Amino acid sequence: MVDFLHFLLTVLIISSIGAALAMVLVLCEKYIVNYGPCKVTINKDKVLDIQGGSPLLTVLRDEKIFIPSACGGRGTCGVCKCTVKTGGGPVLPTETPFLTKEEQAADVRLSCQVKVRNDIDIEIPEELFNIREYVSTCIEIEELTYDMRRFRFELQDPPTINFTAGQFVQLLCPRYKGSSEEVYRAYSIASDPTQTHLIDLIIRLVPNGICTTWCFEYLKEGDSVKLNGPYGDFRLSETEAPMVFVAGGSGMAPFASILSQMRNIDSKRQVKYFFGGNTTKDLCMAEEMKAFANALEGFEFIPVVANPEEGSGWTGEIGLVTEAVQRMYPDLSKHEGYLCGSPDMIDAAIKVFTDLGMPEENVYYDKFA
Amino acid sequence: MNSFGSEIWLALVTCFAAVFTQNILLTTFLGMCPFTSVSREVKTAAGLGGAVVFVMTFTTALNWLAYKYVLIPLELEFFRFILFIIIIAAFVQFVEMVIDRYSPKLYQNLGIFLPLITVNCAILGASLFMVIREYHFIQTIGYGFGAGLGWLLAILAMAGIRTRLNESRVPEGLRGPGITLIIAGLMALAFIGFTGVLG
Repeated sequence: MVDFLHFLLTVLIISSIGAALAMVLVLCEKYIVNYGPCKVTINKDKVLDIQGGSPLLTVLRDEKIFIPSACGGRGTCGVCKCTVKTGGGPVLPTETPFLTKEEQAADVRLSCQVKVRNDIDIEIPEELFNIREYVSTCIEIEELTYDMRRFRFELQDPPTINFTAGQFVQLLCPRYKGSSEEVYRAYSIASDPTQTHLIDLIIRLVPNGICTTWCFEYLKEGDSVKLNGPYGDFRLSETEAPMVFVAGGSGMAPFASILSQMRNIDSKRQVKYFFGGNTTKDLCMAEEMKAFANALEGFEFIPVVANPEEGSGWTGEIGLVTEAVQRMYPDLSKHEGYLCGSPDMIDAAIKVFTDLGMPEENVYYDKFA
Repeated sequence: MNSFGSEIWLALVTCFAAVFTQNILLTTFLGMCPFTSVSREVKTAAGLGGAVVFVMTFTTALNWLAYKYVLIPLELEFFRFILFIIIIAAFVQFVEMVIDRYSPKLYQNLGIFLPLITVNCAILGASLFMVIREYHFIQTIGYGFGAGLGWLLAILAMAGIRTRLNESRVPEGLRGPGITLIIAGLMALAFIGFTGVLG
């Protein structure tokens, strides 16, 4: 009995010491750390009224603005950079290892280390306002070729997305038999940007690929899938220059979206789209391309097959896509080039484009390794 | 010499010993994590070392009081690990908040390192040694200050060496933590030489 009482007493004493110290800290937090209301001005436009005292990264996260950060605000990854124009105080020694001299001169800071103590004026890329996590349902899976499928996702929460044709999203591949951890993989959006409640992704089965195997063997219609985005600045330029699109495999995706956008705005731009495959079995979406060709007066779809099978009756272009481009164009100095596909294909295409006189700054591409 | 005077003298000797012969970093290898990771620049190392001196001095004193007037009367000495950790964490948090608010300058030089050392084992180690070695209060203050100073000295020396190291050719496999640990070992050997000074 005495032992038991002693035991109780011990627990009580230690807990009360802990509680007393916690109380002191809570009071401190209330009276010392309270910096009162502060204003955070973002890009000279959006003003947030918040309570001062927390790191900028957390303040923005609470306001649903997600600055990418890998370490969760401990100042060890150096990813959460943003520009703090005024009110950030001097650069801290915890930040200097992550900032170059040029960045420091340009007021770039680590948002997890900058505490909001007063009114503060910051600049972040506009796209960040748009990046969200979406819960969606896979509503349709369509076979495009023997190893490519189109997955259609209907957004649930939030129910709509604003993206520019050419951008990509990250798909969360959950734990399953083939992977002990969750992984994110990036896929270009293939759907029409005006269909804001839908996202189409074109995925090609990669042998032993963690995410693609999951998509092909485990993902079923009706399953819930998490996506985040949109990311990337692959998109149509705002010029009227004639264009050359080059793609292979699932590189079809951003062009499907871009062509939808062109149809929506009734674009008259000249564009030839070279789509390469190894055999005729690698070609896909012929009907849809025909529909685009009918709707867009400047558009022409040119499938190119490297090794047409005997008896397939292939009468179109034969060889590599780059060879077809060379055959078709003597000079590309006035054209813009858009590329999506394997890194090898992109490197080869850039070389062909520049050899034909296209300025390198007019070549736009997304490389998916 | 009166008893107070001898107490002070004892505290000074303990302090000296804690800096050199019983350097907490180089003889017991406590606090190695920040020692290897934050010793790349002298300025940063000095900031962190300063924070350690400050926190160690005050937490050993606070912990001594808590041990003597709370744990011993209640016969709860075995709870010292938990209590010391709680006190250290609360103290560090408290100090961080106060200087963050009232002295932005001090905060930029010292305060930002405070959260990094809440869980530094050298801080807890100093409090535990103070109990094991049965120091008196003033001696404890001397010990805490000395142990912190010793840690500061060690990390400053390491940072100095590492800045020089940038210009030398270290074998690839040893770059980073590898060479740092070897240097720490050599420094420890050198510090053991101090034992003769007091012996």
